[in-house]
Parts: sequence; C-alpha cells; structure tokens
Amino acid sequence: MADASGQTGGLRAWLLTDTPTSRRHARISALYQGWLSFRSNTMAMVGLGILVLLVLIAFAAPLLAPHDPFAQDLGNRLAPLGAPGHVLGTDSLGRDILSRLIYGARITLYIVALVALIAPIAGLLVGTVSGYVGGWVDMVLMRITDIFLAFPRLVLALAFVAALGAGIENAVLAISLTAWPPYARIARAETLTIRKSDYISAIRLQGAGPLRIITTHIWPLCVSSLIVRVTLDMAGIILAAAGLGFLGLGAQPPSPEWGAMISEGRRFILDHWWVATMPGLAIFTVSLAFNLLGDGLRDVLDPKASE
Amino acid sequence: MMADLLDIENLWVRFPTRQGIFDAVRGISFSLGRERLGIVGESGSGKSMTGRAILRLIRPPGIAEADHIRLDGTNLLDLSEKAMRDVRGERISMVMQDPKFSLNPVMTIGDQIVEAYRLHSKASKAKAKAKSLEMLGAVSIRDPERVMRAYPHEMSGGMGQRIMIAMMLIPNPQILIADEPTSALDVSVQRQVLDIMDKLVTVRGMGLIFISHDLNLVADFCDRVLIMYAGRIVEVCDADRLHEARHPYTQGLLNSLPRLSEPRDRLEVLRRDPAWSEAPSVSGRLSAC
Amino acid sequence: MPLPNWLRTTLLTLGSIAVTLLGLLFVTFVIGRVMPIDPVLAIVGERASQSTYDAVFQELGLDKPLIVQFGYYIWDVIRLDFGTSLLNARPVSEDLARVFPATLELATLGIFIGIVLGVPLGVVAAVRKGSWIDQVARVVALVGYSMPIFWLGLMGLLIFYGILGWVGGPGRVGIFYVDVVPSVTGMILIDAALDGNWDVFKNAFSHIILPASLLGYYSLAYISRMTRSFMLEQLSAEYITTARVKGMSEWDVVWKHAFKNIRVQLITVIALSYANLLEGSVLTEIIFSWPGIGSYITTALLSADMNAVLGGTVVVGLIFIMLNIFSDLLYKVFDPRAR
Repeated sequence: MADASGQTGGLRAWLLTDTPTSRRHARISALYQGWLSFRSNTMAMVGLGILVLLVLIAFAAPLLAPHDPFAQDLGNRLAPLGAPGHVLGTDSLGRDILSRLIYGARITLYIVALVALIAPIAGLLVGTVSGYVGGWVDMVLMRITDIFLAFPRLVLALAFVAALGAGIENAVLAISLTAWPPYARIARAETLTIRKSDYISAIRLQGAGPLRIITTHIWPLCVSSLIVRVTLDMAGIILAAAGLGFLGLGAQPPSPEWGAMISEGRRFILDHWWVATMPGLAIFTVSLAFNLLGDGLRDVLDPKASE
Repeated sequence: MMADLLDIENLWVRFPTRQGIFDAVRGISFSLGRERLGIVGESGSGKSMTGRAILRLIRPPGIAEADHIRLDGTNLLDLSEKAMRDVRGERISMVMQDPKFSLNPVMTIGDQIVEAYRLHSKASKAKAKAKSLEMLGAVSIRDPERVMRAYPHEMSGGMGQRIMIAMMLIPNPQILIADEPTSALDVSVQRQVLDIMDKLVTVRGMGLIFISHDLNLVADFCDRVLIMYAGRIVEVCDADRLHEARHPYTQGLLNSLPRLSEPRDRLEVLRRDPAWSEAPSVSGRLSAC
Repeated sequence: MPLPNWLRTTLLTLGSIAVTLLGLLFVTFVIGRVMPIDPVLAIVGERASQSTYDAVFQELGLDKPLIVQFGYYIWDVIRLDFGTSLLNARPVSEDLARVFPATLELATLGIFIGIVLGVPLGVVAAVRKGSWIDQVARVVALVGYSMPIFWLGLMGLLIFYGILGWVGGPGRVGIFYVDVVPSVTGMILIDAALDGNWDVFKNAFSHIILPASLLGYYSLAYISRMTRSFMLEQLSAEYITTARVKGMSEWDVVWKHAFKNIRVQLITVIALSYANLLEGSVLTEIIFSWPGIGSYITTALLSADMNAVLGGTVVVGLIFIMLNIFSDLLYKVFDPRAR
C-alpha cells in the first residue's frame, strides 16, 4: 500500500495515508477508501449510473422531451412503438409516452426524496429519544412502533390516503407513516450500544446535556446504518408510490406518474400492450438501480450484514 | 522404533486473499506414531490448519497440498471424497475447542453420538444406543440416560467436552486430533478432561495430535512437541527435554510464563526475529529426533 | 406470592398482544374520525331534516366524548360488528366472511409455491456460494424485489393468457362454472374437490395458477435470500465441522445438521412473507379481478365506504398479529433453547 501510493504521490497518497494529520483528513481518507471499495463493485456502479441518469433526465425534462406530456392528439391515439415522432408510441389520449415518462421521472424523484427525508428523520428522533431516555418513555415509544410494525403497510397506507384524500403529498405522508418504524428500531439499537460506551460517559462528565449528546454524538453515528437501510428501502417506496398511483390514490390525472400511467394502459393491455408496459419498465429500472446501489453501500458501510 | 501411523511430507495450506495468496502452512513434514504429539504455536501459526488439512477439511477457497499424507501406507490425497468420508471419524477423528459451538444445538446429545457410531457401523439403533451409554460412562458422565435426552445448551463446558470426546472416540479411530480441547474450559475441569482423554488414548493404543498454544500444558501432557511459527516447524524436541530447546522462539515462549519458583519483576516480552519465518522448516519425523 | 415463570411469560405475551390490538383499533378509529365524510350524512342523505340528522347523530353516539366513542368502537369490533356497508347496505362482517376465503386460497397457494421453490434455491445458493446457481438466485431475487407486482400481473396476463392462452383469464372461474359447486369452505379448489367436480377444479386451477405463481415469485425472492443468509451463517459454524469430522456426506451435513438449525428462523420469515402476501394480493386481486379482501377494500375506498375500508383493515391487521403469535409459538416447538 505504502509504496503504491508513494509512486502515484500527491493527492492519492494524502488520501490513502495510514497516519492522518487531522480529524477532517481522517474522515476524508475514510470516505475515499470506502469509495474505492464501492467502485470495485460493478453492479453497484451500474445502479449509481442509472440513478445519476434519472436525476439528469428529471432536471432536463423540458429539453429532452420531444413533446408536451399533456398535449392530446385524439387523431393519433394508441400509436404503436416506433410510430413517426413517437418512439414509444402514444396513449389513449394521443399523448407521447416517452415525454410522459421523462416528466414522470420528476414525480418519482419528488416522492422518493420526500419519503427518504421524512421517514428516517422521524425514525431517528423516536429511536434515539427512546434509546437514550429509556424507562417508560422507551416502553411507550417502542409499543407505538410495534403497533405500526404490526400493521400491513400497504393497507395502512390505503386507509390513510382514504382519510386524507388522494394526491401526491398525501401519498408521501401515508408512505412515510408506514415506513418510519424500522428506522426507529435501528436508531434505538444503535443508541443503546453507543450510550453505554465510555466516551459518552466522558462527555457527560464534561457537563454535556442529553440534547447535545444526542445531536452531536449519537446522531452522526446512527447515520451510516440508516443510509444503507433507506437506500435498500427506496425501491419499496417507489413500488408503494406506484401502487398507490395505480389505484388512483396517488398522483391524479393528467399527471404523468408512472403507476397511474400503468393504470391507464391497463384497459388496453391485450391489444395495445406498450401503453402499460413502458412505464412498468421505467419503474422496474429505477427500483432495480436502487436495490443494486443499496447492496453496494451495505457492503461498504456495513460489512457484517453483507453476507 | 515405533511404526508410523501417519506420515506427512511437505504440507502447504494456502488461502487466496485480496492482497494475494496467504500461506497458512508452509511445507511442513512430520510423522506420528502411537504417541502423544504436541503442536504448539501462537494463533496464526498454522497449527489448527495442519489438523484440518490431515482430515482434508480445508474448505475452498483454501487449498491444501502435500507430497503425501500417508495413513498406514495409504495416501489420503489419492482417495475419493467418498473414501475419505470412511477415513473421517472411523480412522482419524478430531475434538475441537469449544463444545458450545462444536455440538449441534438443536439435536439431542444421544442423537449426535448415535449418529457418529452408525455412520461407520451397521449396528441397530438399540445397539448403538447401548454403545453410546457405555461410551458416556467411559468419559465419566454420571446419569448417561438423562444426558442422552438432553440438549447441548443444558451441559456445562467440561461435560460438553467429555461428550465430544465420547462422540469422536465411539467409532474407535486410530488417531485423534485434539485442537485446543481445553482452552475454552474452566481451569478447574481442564485437568479432568485431559486425564480422561489421556486414559482412553493410551488404553486404545491410539496416536494423538494435541494442538495447543500452551507450551507448559503440552510439555506436561505429550511425549514429543513440534513448535510452529508462521506456518513452519521451527523446533522439534522431546517433551521432557524442552528446557534444552535451542530455538530463540521456544526459549521466548518458555520465558514468557511466570513461575512460582523463580519470581521476577517483569515477564519477558517475546522479541520476534523476521529471520525465523524465513528459515526452512525442521523435519518433525520420529526418526529425526 | 410471586407468579410462576410460565404464567408470568404468558401474561406478558397476552398483555403485549392486547396492547398491539388496542393500538390497531385506535389507529383505525382515528382514521375513521378524521375522514372528510360525515357518517351521519352518509346514512340519512343530503335532504334529511335537522331532527332526523340529530337523531342519527345521537344514535351513532357522536355526541359522547371521544373516549366513550372509542369504547363503543372496541365493543363493536369484539362482537365482529364493523357496521354496514354503504354500498350494498349489508353488514361489513358478512361481506368480509364472503371475500376472505378467496384471498386465503390465493395467498396460500402463493406461499406454497414460494416455499417449495424458494427454500431449496436458497440452500443450494448458500452451499454453492459464488457458483452460477448462486448468481441466478441473486438475479431472481433482485428482479423480484424491483418489479411492481401489478405490472408483473399485467405482463403475465398479456403473455400467458393473451398471447399463449395457457391459463384462464381474470376471475376465479370461467363464466360457465360460476356457482356450479356448493360453497362449503369458500375456496373453490377445495369446494370443487369435495364435490368431486373435476371440471370445475381444472377450470379454477387454470385461473388461480397465474396470480398464485406471481405472488409465489415475490415470496420466493424474499424466502430464498433469507434462507441463503441463514444457511451461510450455519455452514460456517463449528458443529458443521464436527459433522464432517464424523464422516458424514455433504448432503447430510447440509440437510440433517445445518438446515435443522435454520428451521426456526425460516418459520418467522415464512410467516412474515405469508402476511405480506395477504397484503400483496391487494394489487394482484385488482389485476386479476379476484373477488378477495384486497379488491373489497379498494372498491370500498374508491366509493368512500369507510366502514368497509376500516373493517377490512382491522381484519388484515388481526391476521398479521395472529401470524406473528403463531410463529412465536412454533419457535418454541422447534428450538430447544427457547423452551
């Protein structure tokens, strides 16, 4: 290791050093070594590539889409694959499927990003408080978590959406409400192990209060296992959102949400199969990418669980 | 001169790793008669791998190679996997470190012993059970009927290891490999387990390979000792002449132990010389002694 | 006097089940209360007089404090009274009893397929770790985790029904076989077999096999992955070396020793994926027009029939909890250390 980096010298040597000079140096160096081992995982890199592409497509949607995703052309309904001007054909209202898929990427990313923010943060709060405070607070919070875990997730989400009304934001809320308990469990378990460690006692002896200990010492240590879990759950979130969209409880027409598009295409499945097939392929590709990325991240950040 | 039971020539055990091939055992040769042979070394010296390589139990991606591993004139390396299964248990057996892990937690002790016996004999279940009870008696288990019905987690460590010995000796093998058989046990029962093992091995005229990190224990218990360091044999000597050992590593091991008779302020720390791991392996043959 | 140990454990378990059940009911109760639909209006209609409205309002107990209302709600659920469906004016519990066997039949066949294929696949993948079969198992599972189940259902219909014509289409039986056999269990395959009517059986089988296989595939993905990781853990255990030292064949080492040790964990996994299948059938049932509990809840949802939605949710939740208890019990049977 030492002579290899000696030859390439400079930045690489600085990144790969065994003797970091500062805390930040150590952290950057650890990140870089994690990246090196992540990079050697081809499938994870493929997943990452697809997701980067997805983000680019979502941002550049107006530039990339050949047509307005909402423009109807009833004279050209259900055009097949490869029809002039419509590579992926058109749907029952003559809208260009490719353009709708491209704009749909925005909705997918929006849902995923929101859920990935709300659920783990809620779980982190509940879990760390529960684990750190302990006693009856722990008991009550963990009972509540168990109750939510005991629920069938999709059915619970359905019931929530029914109560709140259909729509993207409510779908996000419903999915988050069913997604937080596992994060709370993970965060609690991590907190329990960290709480007992000597350095936390040392910090406490220095006079740090619980709030400070939780926010500056416990949260940062919970993050890596949460990230892995969120990435692995991302595919499930996409599938749940698509499922709600398919049932007509998520994004409302004419929004080009992929699940809703499958639902529209369902009526023509036997004669005009591409209308429902294309958005399904899009969902499949993106959730596959998240699964590949999650596997790769788990190998890097949590080698114990990777077997 | 005793007849050799086992003769090993140029044994290598290799593990491919990301950093290249790691040689756990590097070309050692030794033989075993009807004696108690100790193999001593620190963790990572390759002593356990040697035991497993004899039984051809190095799992892929690990590789074990040798010019020959000869048991009563048969080269074990030439045997098919099926023929090798007849060797395991019936001719060479092994007792491992911790009975907590080496016994199957969800099978009764009786089932596990009976299974060991019936793998190598066509005996009826009733006969196998009688034989198992007798064997449990031989390792000083009281109330063997009850123990047969019990599960491993209900046993203490010392009982577990005696059960393990009973199970491994029930097919009446010629060679027993004991891999740190007492390291996981309470000091108070170590001696008892050793005595039982010693008695059975002597009565049956078996060869014993006793693998341990504890040089004093081995010196007490064995006839002959191989000292391993970094995958090689660095020294061979008779157990009762260990104090005459010449190799600095052996001397270091001996000096690093506290003695009541010679109180010292500081125990010596082993200083390692890189040249030790480069020096060629010493032959562990009986005739070489 | 201190309680004996087993009694204490039993009481604790029963207590935690009761709390979970109560929580489940509380959540559905809250959902029912925040619904934007006025339950009184839903019953009396828009044009009812104020006095009729008030009478029904009181009859439903809506003038009482929330906690009292919650008490009524629990009492209703205990008597299996989920109210009447707004759609067909029948008691929801009757509807649920009618649709549930259809879901049960589908999910059970699905989990059966998942176990029969998934467990051996996981075991082989672990034993031959890194081989081509391990790679195949990995891809099979990844694809299963990544595909929307309703889309896969559509594709299945398109290919096996629309193009190849190998299986029956949507619905439980073809139109000529509806209500031919008397309903005993509500599960058509069993009813047809009991009646000895093998024509109906064959037809019903051709309808159930596709959705059940798809559900089976989803549970296979999960079961095979978990089986593999459990097996890998056991295969590296020391007692496996003991079994090999005894001279045991590799097949016996795997199945008689390692597999025996994963049974317990496997039961939990299977119970969990069975519960997930009951739920996963929501979307599958819609694709295949399967008249089960999933279709029932969704239809009710789209027509704002809240009693039916909550009743269905409670039943599915109850099954979840029961499956959990059941797997805990089996745990004690199979693991001597848990007794």
